[in-house]
Amino acid sequence: MATLKDKAAIVGIGQTDFAKRLPEPEKTLACRAILGALDDAGIAPSEVDGFASYTMEETDEVEIAKAVGAGDVTFFSKVGYGGGGSCATLAHLAAAITTGQADVGVAWRSRKRGSGPRPWTGTAVQLPTPAQWTRPFGLLRPADEIGMLARRYMHEYGATREHLFNVALACRNRANQNPAAMMYERPLTREMYMTSRWISEPLCLFDNCLETDGALACVIVGAERARDCRQRPVYIHSAAQGLPAQHHGMVNYWNDDPLTGPAWTAARQLWKRADFGPQDVDVAQIYDAFTPLIPLSLEGYGFCRRGEGAAFTEGGALEIGGRLPLNTGGGGLSEAYVHGFNLINEGVKQLRGTSTAQVPGAGTCLVTAGEGVPTSAVLLRS
Amino acid sequence: MLQPVIDDDGAPFWEYAARGELRLQACAAPACGELRFPPRPCCPQCGSFDSEWRRMGGRGRIWSYVVPHPPLLPGYTELAPYNAVVVELWDAPRIRLVGNVVAAPDAPLNSVDPARLRIGAGVRVVFDGDGMPRWLLERS
Ligand SMILES: [Zn+2]
Repeated sequence: MATLKDKAAIVGIGQTDFAKRLPEPEKTLACRAILGALDDAGIAPSEVDGFASYTMEETDEVEIAKAVGAGDVTFFSKVGYGGGGSCATLAHLAAAITTGQADVGVAWRSRKRGSGPRPWTGTAVQLPTPAQWTRPFGLLRPADEIGMLARRYMHEYGATREHLFNVALACRNRANQNPAAMMYERPLTREMYMTSRWISEPLCLFDNCLETDGALACVIVGAERARDCRQRPVYIHSAAQGLPAQHHGMVNYWNDDPLTGPAWTAARQLWKRADFGPQDVDVAQIYDAFTPLIPLSLEGYGFCRRGEGAAFTEGGALEIGGRLPLNTGGGGLSEAYVHGFNLINEGVKQLRGTSTAQVPGAGTCLVTAGEGVPTSAVLLRS
Repeated sequence: MLQPVIDDDGAPFWEYAARGELRLQACAAPACGELRFPPRPCCPQCGSFDSEWRRMGGRGRIWSYVVPHPPLLPGYTELAPYNAVVVELWDAPRIRLVGNVVAAPDAPLNSVDPARLRIGAGVRVVFDGDGMPRWLLERS
């Protein structure tokens, strides 16, 4: 059977500044990130013939292609479900390149979520299914929807706020090493965490990701071409999307086992096509819109067994030198929240050996997209 | 406060609720009869498009809950902190309904001290004047 294994590689990454408010519009930010990524790769914009992004991306291929000076574009794709689409953009481009539909692919995300509106405040556009079953009852925001699963998880497995703090702290510590991170100069203490204001009990302020203006992009080409590029190639070893049977999105309350989320489905597919397993992952970039997504994902992707995800975070396991260094740029919790694209670029930096919190000799990296919604993931290797 | 944005599949639920009845969609194929929620056009078990609305006992237990704090939407901000719960029905444990535990059918979402909520606590459904299902603690 034909597989994607190591057939395509990320050869360029680009990003703008990250801030609560950037003056430039999303389109400008997108162009800056994309041109930065192409420059990093040493590839001319006129060679770009493939694009992939998220359905929530407001800049489109037509505008972007003509602004950056792309050539004739023969593949373009957008993936749904907010942050769940991040890694799938790479998967779609890798598939397109492997099957000859394009040669040079660009994935991007540009978002002014820091200074722009919060999506949950939109009341006119709420989808009838499943919003009619949740929103009138005051379950309004993603934090409320995930908080519901988090409390159930804590109840079933004895997870505590200490465990969620471990996640928040690991991300913050890495951000404190990363000058590009929004929280670079803002250390987090246990005292700050435990006394912070609630957003939706059991989740406090520091269990929630940042609100960021910023854009990122990366460039993907076939493995052969990748060897001639300016940077050391980072190969897409395996890729998967995940929409479990009888799944209901972020309000996954109506099936046998609501705590077995999309991560489990994506993981089965991801590992089935890989030459290595969870024990061989040197560093992980796991989608962290909310701290409880980390223990849930650690279980889903097979780093520990069911119910052990919270205990896994103990003893500095997520720190540099721990069992599984996590979100080494600071993640969505402390670097920037751009629907997880910064996790992709950080994975590339780790495998190039250029992270600001480098894991010595890192050769494999798991990157995941939003958990709790139809998701995606990639295994990267150098 | 937000009113339910009702779709074709969900409409019967709200029509029964307005009459004070908790009814859920069930497959009407004789060999199947599987309950499903949220409602949808056909049965994921057997593929039948025939469905009926089955009266439920209206008792359950709290499966999980959150206590939202601002920033929230107008109408909710004023009530915060309030509770939002997921209730597991005794007669259909895989069917869980999002709702609110209140002190009386027409009492506000913040009428019960959140400290009184526990996962596993027994609740029973009531309907407020607008036909919205609410939940009362069995032991109060
Ligand atoms: Zn049926």
